[in-house]
Amino acid sequence: MFKNFMSWIEYRMPFMEKMNLHVMQYPAPKNFNFWYFFGSLAMLVLVNQILTGIWLTMNFVPTSDGAFASVEYIMRDVDYGWLLRYMHSTGASAFFVVVYLHMLRGMMYGSYQKPRELLWIFGMLIFLVLMAEAFMGYLLPWGQMSFWGAQVIISIFGVIPVIGDDLTLWIRGDYVISGATLNRFFALHVIALPLVLVVLVFLHIIALHEVGSNNPDGIDVKRPNDGQKIEDNVSDKFTFHEYFTKGGKKIIVDAIPFHPYYTVKDIVGVVGFLIIFCWVIFFAPEGGGFFLEPPNFEPANPMKTPDHIAPVWYFTPFYAILRAVPDQLFGAIFMFLAIIFLALLPWLDRCPVRSIRYRSNLHKANLIMFCISFVVLGVLGVLPATPTYTLLAQIFSFTYFAYFGLLWFYSKNEKTKPLPVRLS
Amino acid sequence: MSNAPVDHGRRRFLTIATSVVGGVGAIGAAVPFIASWNPSERAKQAGAAVTADISKLEDGQLIRVEWRGKPVWIVKRTPAMLESLTKAVDKLRDPASEEPQQPDYAKNDHRSKKPEIFVAVGICTHLGCSPTYIMKDFDAQVEGIPSGFFCPCHGSTYDMAGRVFSGVPAPKNLMIPPYMFVDDTTILIGEDEGTA
Repeated sequence: MFKNFMSWIEYRMPFMEKMNLHVMQYPAPKNFNFWYFFGSLAMLVLVNQILTGIWLTMNFVPTSDGAFASVEYIMRDVDYGWLLRYMHSTGASAFFVVVYLHMLRGMMYGSYQKPRELLWIFGMLIFLVLMAEAFMGYLLPWGQMSFWGAQVIISIFGVIPVIGDDLTLWIRGDYVISGATLNRFFALHVIALPLVLVVLVFLHIIALHEVGSNNPDGIDVKRPNDGQKIEDNVSDKFTFHEYFTKGGKKIIVDAIPFHPYYTVKDIVGVVGFLIIFCWVIFFAPEGGGFFLEPPNFEPANPMKTPDHIAPVWYFTPFYAILRAVPDQLFGAIFMFLAIIFLALLPWLDRCPVRSIRYRSNLHKANLIMFCISFVVLGVLGVLPATPTYTLLAQIFSFTYFAYFGLLWFYSKNEKTKPLPVRLS
Repeated sequence: MSNAPVDHGRRRFLTIATSVVGGVGAIGAAVPFIASWNPSERAKQAGAAVTADISKLEDGQLIRVEWRGKPVWIVKRTPAMLESLTKAVDKLRDPASEEPQQPDYAKNDHRSKKPEIFVAVGICTHLGCSPTYIMKDFDAQVEGIPSGFFCPCHGSTYDMAGRVFSGVPAPKNLMIPPYMFVDDTTILIGEDEGTA
């Protein structure tokens, strides 16, 4: 009965065929470690954001008079409103935690290298849209930091020569940030950008499955089939979709089906993630003032500037770069370059070896320095700009950019270790 | 159906011509979507520049006009008041107006276009109260300075150029709006030669 139903479907729409292609018969390298949790966790958080976001819109009022009060109403009077909102606000920070770790994974194992350039580009686009989404979402509670943070970020566009002032006016839709701005940010935050995000995630996965997953060893699991038997190959036990074997022209080595092996493994990651996520929601929903900043518990007041304006933590590394450059225009340019250089990694890294396991000590040191720079800039971006902190921000902005310059320089003739033949 | 051979040149021309016309149509269709982000007529009205007649302004007198919902002060400073601006420079937080709280043409010693006419947004930079103009007896607040602005909410003090004194809660000098003189007796607030 069920079988008949399924074949009725299959005849009209290739449901099982696509499930096999992307889940049950998708060959994933057998040596994924915990770093491979963060892609599926990012999808989990996306689902969380969409679901809780839809529920929040049911009580949120996107006007300058009603927004702040409606958020308080959700927190106090709507059944479980506080939980939905904390899931959404903590989810925003969690999104950036998992995305940053996901990106670091890609940098460690050279997952951006050929043939995964486009996959990496889609990832960077997701990152950009995610930043826009988070920024617009942060205006919606209409608190002091919502208002003044948006003021600072929108004014960055004002430094563009000639069109800057008109551009900021166009973005705000008013001479100051007002209800008009709030309303359009709401529309973009709940409809436009989530649609773009979902489409980009879809393309990211399609591109991933076309070129195949990289792995901690950075060597390919699909090889041309020369007819020779490969010893001790776990992949022999499984059926993979013929799309990946190209009708026997390719042989799959040391890979296992995504389902059930990695679906089950990812569930372990989900459980670990949810333990931490729930702890934050229930015991530290404000994230120590970093997830929800204290000034935001006060309604937006255009007449009153908070003593210290800091963006939410996930923007602070880039904000620190912006402030480190004395000239406003160049500050903005360097901030955007900080992201552009990441997107250009597939072409800046000229080393044929992907994984950090087999690359030079210089490369390891360089990547560690990059991580330190990113974290230090993140801390500095939260702090007020004193002369000492500005100097530190300049030094670490330099080391941030130096990563890319050095990488391009040494990767051409890098002294690497020999690559293994099989996955370890 | 005719069996005439395909005229590739004609086909390519038609394809390109159709694409160009379609592209122009797509650009045209984008106009309303992009233009609707501009400030609405209501926002433009609320944010429009206001004129003030200063012909009847007496020495030392302050008048208020409303611009974008905020009080804007226009003060005709006396020579004694202008002289007092140089007296207590060391007590000011930002004497040279380094913070971008004014248009470039007001980044000078008297923070104005004409030395005697002072224009500023009368909102304390601390918590948004409107300071009080003290024409005489400002000495009680700052020694040796006869006149200035005093915020009754938390005691912030500003000199006659709207520069904040140090040691008070307000962090910045008073904001100077863009303005221009339409003629000798009329000021337009909210627009200047640069934006007009």
